[in-house]
This record gives sequence, structure tokens and C-alpha cells, in this order.
Amino acid sequence: MKTHLENSIIKTERTGPVLFSPYKKGEAIKKTVKQKREDILFEIKDSGLKGRGGAGFPTSTKWMLTAAAKADKKFIVCNADEGEPGTFKDRVLLMEYPQLVFEGMVICGYTIGAQTGIVYLRAEYEYLLEQLENYLANMRENNFLGEGILGTDFSFDISIRLGSGAYVCGEETALIESLEGHRGEPRNRPPFPVNTGYMGYPTSVNNVETLAAVPHIITKGGSWFKKFGTDRSTGSKLFSVSGDCEKPGVYELPWGTSINELLELVGARNTKAVQVGGASGICIPKSQFDRKLGYEDIPTGGSVIIFNESRNMLHVLKNFMEFFVEESCGQCTPCRIGNIKLLEGVEMIERGEFTFKYINTLKELGKTMQVASKCGLGQSSPNSFLSILENFKDEIFHTTVINGYNGKAGK
Amino acid sequence: MLVVEKNALSEEIEGYVNKYGKDRSSLMPVLQAIQRKHSYINDFAQQEVARLLDIHPVEVFSVISFYSFLHSKPTGRNIVRLCRTISCDMANKSKIVQAIERELGIKFGETTKDNRITLEFTNCIGMCDQGPAMIVNDRVYTKLDPEKAVNILNEIK
Ligand SMILES: Cc1cc2nc3c(=O)[nH]c(=O)nc-3n(C[C@H](O)[C@H](O)[C@H](O)COP(=O)(O)O)c2cc1C
Ligand code: SF4
Ligand code: FES
Repeated sequence: MKTHLENSIIKTERTGPVLFSPYKKGEAIKKTVKQKREDILFEIKDSGLKGRGGAGFPTSTKWMLTAAAKADKKFIVCNADEGEPGTFKDRVLLMEYPQLVFEGMVICGYTIGAQTGIVYLRAEYEYLLEQLENYLANMRENNFLGEGILGTDFSFDISIRLGSGAYVCGEETALIESLEGHRGEPRNRPPFPVNTGYMGYPTSVNNVETLAAVPHIITKGGSWFKKFGTDRSTGSKLFSVSGDCEKPGVYELPWGTSINELLELVGARNTKAVQVGGASGICIPKSQFDRKLGYEDIPTGGSVIIFNESRNMLHVLKNFMEFFVEESCGQCTPCRIGNIKLLEGVEMIERGEFTFKYINTLKELGKTMQVASKCGLGQSSPNSFLSILENFKDEIFHTTVINGYNGKAGK
Repeated sequence: MLVVEKNALSEEIEGYVNKYGKDRSSLMPVLQAIQRKHSYINDFAQQEVARLLDIHPVEVFSVISFYSFLHSKPTGRNIVRLCRTISCDMANKSKIVQAIERELGIKFGETTKDNRITLEFTNCIGMCDQGPAMIVNDRVYTKLDPEKAVNILNEIK
């Protein structure tokens, strides 16, 4: 059964160098099981593929560490918890390209010596479950999953587990806690999941998009993959584009594309600012639209939210800070208290009741949170606070101080 | 709860535990199954889960309280979750809020008197290109306008 939802760009109109390029079902698995683990690792290393979940850790290194860990069981976990505001590319992949994601998991399993793959699917995507289960059943029938895949002695199967509505569970150690039946509270790292992951076994946690790139790399080669993109940001990236533009949706673009080029492509006009990387990302003002998307300049998990001239940036910031206050797991103080203080600060500015001295104190607090928080949530939640107050200080402080805040457009 | 109801619930939970396994890692799937059927996980169900998985009831409660999709108190038969995050906000989410609240006569965070609908806000549900968006139980609705949103809610049982 297909879901009732449509994507805003239909499949036949979607083009892209890697993920949206033609692919024949099963091809990569057939090729993989004829090769040695080392050959697969070499190809992934050669491609320069980095994690698409946001952190950008080299995939080959993660796989190599998991492969090298000594244990009688290993796991591969597909992180489908996609919860960063403005991100929906993993949903599109799971809806329309499940073969790429699942085959990527099989290939990873083969390479690191895992027998089991688990997809952690966010509860909000439960409507995809039936379709994905059917797809897995079909793979089992065709012997792409299960005992002795394609007549080899490699056995591997995939199960799907649902989340229950917690953004922080996208953080890999929180995700593992959740899978083990606990509150989704991030762990201290080290130890890393590659050594001590699910149930204490070596585990490779990979993003949906990272896994989806793997079958293409295996069939066409690492050197083909790195023809796209830049030196340090090889290949392509999916961007989830929303906000003020004519054609929102998921776009596959080579790394190194500039903000200007992207805005042109999606039909954005009178753009004042672009939030890259979601609520945890940074806000780029017009004067910097020539900057490029990629690890060299603006690394991102792919969320792009566009704001035109009519938007009030303080209102945007408030929405982000409310998000973090709700989603902080509350385990460590800098994040639990810090986000509340930053939100209160935004509300003070909104009411016109603040001193610059106190705002500066809050900026210092933000910087402390970046270093003192236990996980990426608290480490990155001050990013939008700092970048929006810095880049839009004229708008925010002039309009509020002089006119008072009216809850509407900030111009 | 009546004794027969308790017995039926115990039996049901035993069924889930047999299906998902008697390990701690089955806790979430078991709780999700109970939640799906009863729309919340009552005290007795929590005790039964704890007994069958051999963990402390407080552990079960602490897990339920962590996740926004799990409830330990009764909710309406249908849960409506409207996205409050920025892209939907910019797509006029507040108009939808006004229309729904007016139509149902309750605020977000509340349940209708006839127990038909609970209104909640949720964070980004991955439909940002088609906002405003909401989830009703497990079905997603996109590109809402006030009339469309209200009609959807008036149709559910
Ligand atoms: C608060 C928080 C939320 C995260 N959410 C996700 C997510 O939804 N999906 C994801 O793939 N990675 C997410 N990550 C990153 C993961 O911790 C991890 O780095 C990633 O799954 C690794 O896969 P990759 O190397 O393929 O990118 C999140 C990190 C943090 C700190
Ligand atoms: S930084 Fe925030 S989300 Fe992360 S562990 Fe601390 S309180 Fe929890
Ligand atoms: S912002 Fe509403 S679905 Fe993403």
C-alpha cells in the first residue's frame, strides 16, 4: 500500500547526480557479496563519503572501527528519526527510494560483519511503516535479506522500530538508549557506539541519506562519486527547502553550491535570510549569500528555511528557542536551564524590557552552553540565538526599542 | 477497573510481551502497542508491563513520561497534533489554531467534553514543504487551510 501523501516534487521530475540518478534494484548487493570486505571499505573510503546526519563523520572510518571491534555480534542502525526543523529529505528517501536505504544497510552489514540491522523510524512517520515492511518482505523473497543472501554464507536481516516523539532520540547514543527501552537520554562519549553500542555490542549508526548513497558508490565506484562536489565535501547532498519560495521540496545538489544558486533554483524572491541546518543551524544574512554549502564553509544536514523581507527575525528566533526548551532532555544543566534563559531573553527583547548588558551576559551563556553541554543538542541550540542577534541586530534592537514589538512583521 | 477488565488487559499485555520478547528492549514496542489500542497506558497496565518484563514500575512510568507520544493519563479517542515549528508557523499555522479552537470550543492542550478529540502542538513532522501540517492519530494532513482543517476534525468519530 502506498501512503496517501505526495511529495511536492514528483519523482519523474526529480533529477540529481547521485541519489536521484537511475539505479537497478539489487545490483549493489549482487556486486557486494562477490567482493571482499576490504574492497568495499576501500571504495567507501575512496568516495570520501561523510555522514549526512549533520555531524559529517567519515563513513569509512566509522565502518572500519566497527569492523575492527571484536565481538560475537554487531549491529547497524539506520537513523530515521529525522526531527531537525525544516528537514524532510529522509522521508522522501524512505517513501520513494527504500531500496537504496535498505541495500545500504545490507552492504554495511556485510562490511562490518553485522547480522542485524535496525531502522529507528520516528513515530511521526508511522504511516510509512506498512509500506517499508512490505518492501522488506519482498527483499526476503528475493533473497536480498535473510539466511545465506544470494547463495553466500552471509546472513542479515532488518527490523523496524518506532520512536515515540522525542527529537533528542536522533542523537545516536540517545537513540540506542531508546532502543534498549530507556528514556532517550544521551550517554557520555566515549565509549562510542562503534565499540559499545546497542546492547553493548559494536554498532554503526548511520543516517538514511548516508546509507542511500552507498549502493550508488558500490555500483559506480568511489572515484565516480567524488567527481561531484568539492575536495573536502565529495558527492551530492539532499536539501530540504521550505519557507518563502515558489518551489519548496527536496533537491539534490552537488556540495559547493552557493546559497544564491540555491535560492535562484527554488524561486525565492526578496530573501532576507536563510536558516541552514534547522533550529540548531545558523542564520545567514543576505550579505553572505555567496557562501557555499559544504564542510569547508557551511556544513549542514540539509535543512534550508527561507525568510523573505516581511519576516520578523525575532519571532523566528523565539520559535527556535521554544523548540529547544521543549526538546532538551533535561539531563545536564547548561542545556536544561540555558535554553530557558535564552528564551526568556528573547521574550524580554520582544517586550522591549531588556538591557544590552543582560543580552551580552546571555551571549556569554550561549557560548558556555556550546562547550559545556553534554550532547549536540545543547551544544548547538545557542547557534541561532547567537547568529540571529548578531546578524539582525539593527532589525531586532531598532524596531523593538524604537517602536515596541507588535507581534507582526519586523520591518 | 473491574476484575474482568484487569484480566483482559493482563492477557493482552502478555500477548505483546510474547510477541516482542521478554527483554527490557521490548519495553517501547509493548508500550506503543498498549497506547495504540487504549490511547493511554493506565496504572494497572504499567504494573503489568513492569511485572512481565521484570523491571520496577517506576522505570516504566519514567519512560512513558519521557516520550511525547506516550501517555499515562486518559486522552481523547483521537489525538490531533498540529505542527508549531517555523515553516508551518510561516504558512499561517495560527489561523488554523484559531479555527480549530473556535470550532471545538477548547484550547490546544485540552480534550473535548465528549472525549472525542485531544488537541496538542507538536514540533516539526517533516512536512515543512507542505505546511501547515498536522497528524491525526497516525495520519498526516498537509496544506491545511482553516476550513479544510475543521472539516477533517468534524469527520472523525
Ligand atoms: C540532538 C541531535 C539530533 C540528531 N538527530 C539526528 C537525526 O534525526 N538523524 C540523523 O541521522 N542524525 C541525527 N543526529 C546525528 C547523530 O547523532 C549521528 O551523528 C548520525 O546519525 C550519524 O550518522 P551519519 O554519520 O551517517 O551522519 C542528531 C544529533 C543530535 C545531537
Ligand atoms: S545537552 Fe541537552 S539534550 Fe543533551 S544531554 Fe544535556 S540536557 Fe540532554
Ligand atoms: S515545520 Fe511543520 S512540518 Fe516541519
